[in-house]
Amino acid sequence: MTLRPFSRRTALAGAAAFAAASGLRPGRPSARPASPELRRIPSSGEAIPAVGLGSWITFNVGDDAALRRECTAVMAAFLDAGGRMIDSSPMYGSAQAVIGHGLAALGHPPAVFATDKVWTSAGSDGPVQIERSRGLWGVERFDLLQVHNLLGWEAHLRTLFAMKEQGRLRYAGITTSEGRRHDLVERIMRTQPIDFVQISYNILDREVEGRILPLAQERGIAVIVNRPFRQGSLTRRLEGTPLPGWAAEIGATTWAQAILKFILSHPAVTVTIPATTRPDHARENVAAATGPLPDDALRRRMADDVGDL
Amino acid sequence: MADWWSYSLEDFLLFSPRVYWRMFALHNEAVWPLHLAALPIGLTLVWWTARPRPWSGRVVAVALALVWAWVAWSFLWSRYATINWAAPWLAGGFALQALLLLGLGAFGAGMPRVVPPSVPRVIGWALLLHGLLLHPFTGMIAGHPPAAAELFGIAPDPTAIATLGLAVLMTGGTAAWVVMVIPLGWCAVSWATLHTMGGPEGAIPATAAVLAVAGRAWPTTNARKPL
Ligand SMILES: NC(=O)c1ccc[n+]([C@@H]2O[C@H](COP(=O)([O-])OP(=O)(O)OC[C@H]3O[C@@H](n4cnc5c(N)ncnc54)[C@H](OP(=O)(O)O)[C@@H]3O)[C@@H](O)[C@H]2O)c1
Repeated sequence: MTLRPFSRRTALAGAAAFAAASGLRPGRPSARPASPELRRIPSSGEAIPAVGLGSWITFNVGDDAALRRECTAVMAAFLDAGGRMIDSSPMYGSAQAVIGHGLAALGHPPAVFATDKVWTSAGSDGPVQIERSRGLWGVERFDLLQVHNLLGWEAHLRTLFAMKEQGRLRYAGITTSEGRRHDLVERIMRTQPIDFVQISYNILDREVEGRILPLAQERGIAVIVNRPFRQGSLTRRLEGTPLPGWAAEIGATTWAQAILKFILSHPAVTVTIPATTRPDHARENVAAATGPLPDDALRRRMADDVGDL
Repeated sequence: MADWWSYSLEDFLLFSPRVYWRMFALHNEAVWPLHLAALPIGLTLVWWTARPRPWSGRVVAVALALVWAWVAWSFLWSRYATINWAAPWLAGGFALQALLLLGLGAFGAGMPRVVPPSVPRVIGWALLLHGLLLHPFTGMIAGHPPAAAELFGIAPDPTAIATLGLAVLMTGGTAAWVVMVIPLGWCAVSWATLHTMGGPEGAIPATAAVLAVAGRAWPTTNARKPL
């Protein structure tokens, strides 16, 4: 992606064009909820909407034309609601190609904050893989590239830092998930000039609150939160359970929004990237970044309540 | 992956059940009407297995080799690879199986049918007929649309299960075991995929693999002689 200021209008123009072509009706501007809260990326000061979009499993639909249209509709709804960061990886099967297909159908909305990963053990394979990923997305350059699960991290970070210097990349980072290799994550955060770290964090999995999140604040590293819904098992488990009274206090109308608001209420968190196959869920998720967030006392209550369920 | 123990099967499942089952429907639509060719090939295998001639074992092996090569290319390489980056490796396994069968047909005795003791005979025929005729219906029983049915010669599961049936029925201990390795490996992969997706279908390749090993390992005193 070229570095252009976020233009909501251009994003909407593409989404609207897609909607018109596909018979979908994105919400009319007048009916759209307030814009999502923006968070600053510490290394640059750039502001970015606090809810992004993941693509693991949900966007791996191969060349199934009907499902590709559905994925495009999810992206259209996400962008229409004001979201920007879309996250993928060469590990996610056809997800990159499906994103590229969707972006082309939406007229390459410049609002998209293109976030991908490098995932190969050999450092020398990194540049080729990155180039291939870029081709699949159909973007001029990525906004953020991360070393997926720290695989071959030393060599890949060298590549990413060099790309940044050459103006071919805007931000570099690392990822892990489900609590894996946190010692190494910490070491890299302390020693390498990374812009982003991506980790798993949700109302039940809170290990990162101990060291990684405070360290990110201390070192000025932006935090992306993956698996906010434990890959859907959390939202499925809470389905059918009435929302507690505190949900109204933070303007959460669903469990999904309550969980996202819990995540976003940690001051170290920059963006969380739930994945979905449904346009209505994409809208609902982005809307979680509007309105009040829980304070410390309410965070404790929320965690206790969900833990008890 | 230094902490490999912290990974579960779920971490390796790249797609949703919906995408997986729709893939079979798309594939059936794309290769239609080749189903009309696959069924007669399957029935020919049954015929020469039921009424063996001195040369028919070779015909069976070569016909089966063609089927494995076709499934390797058309399904695993061209279709499954669109949602699973490991599929080209699986296609390589299927291609190797095609070469093994071809070698057996060209230079060995092929897959001659024998008169085994009663238990292996029942198992062998059950697996063969399941792969050829029954397997497409199991998907429907599990709730998948008929359009997504997995057919012998088109999809890997019934192809592997029918091959296991023939291997249980054949003579030549070492050759039979060699011919079973890749179909058994596929059954394990298929079981892991289906089981991780949470449906009951994984029981079919798992049961087929266990039955095939049991049938093949059944004590054979004098019984596995060629006709
Ligand atoms: N190591 C790494 O780098 C790493 C590891 C894991 C994840 N990630 C990234 O993080 C992203 C998110 O993690 P994830 O995909 O594992 O899991 P997730 O976002 O925690 O959960 C996805 C599931 O949540 C459901 N969902 C989404 N919004 C919902 C809503 N509003 N209401 C109810 N259910 C909802 C979706 O179902 P529906 O389709 O029905 O909405 C989907 O099944 C990934 O897609 C990937 O981009 C990175």
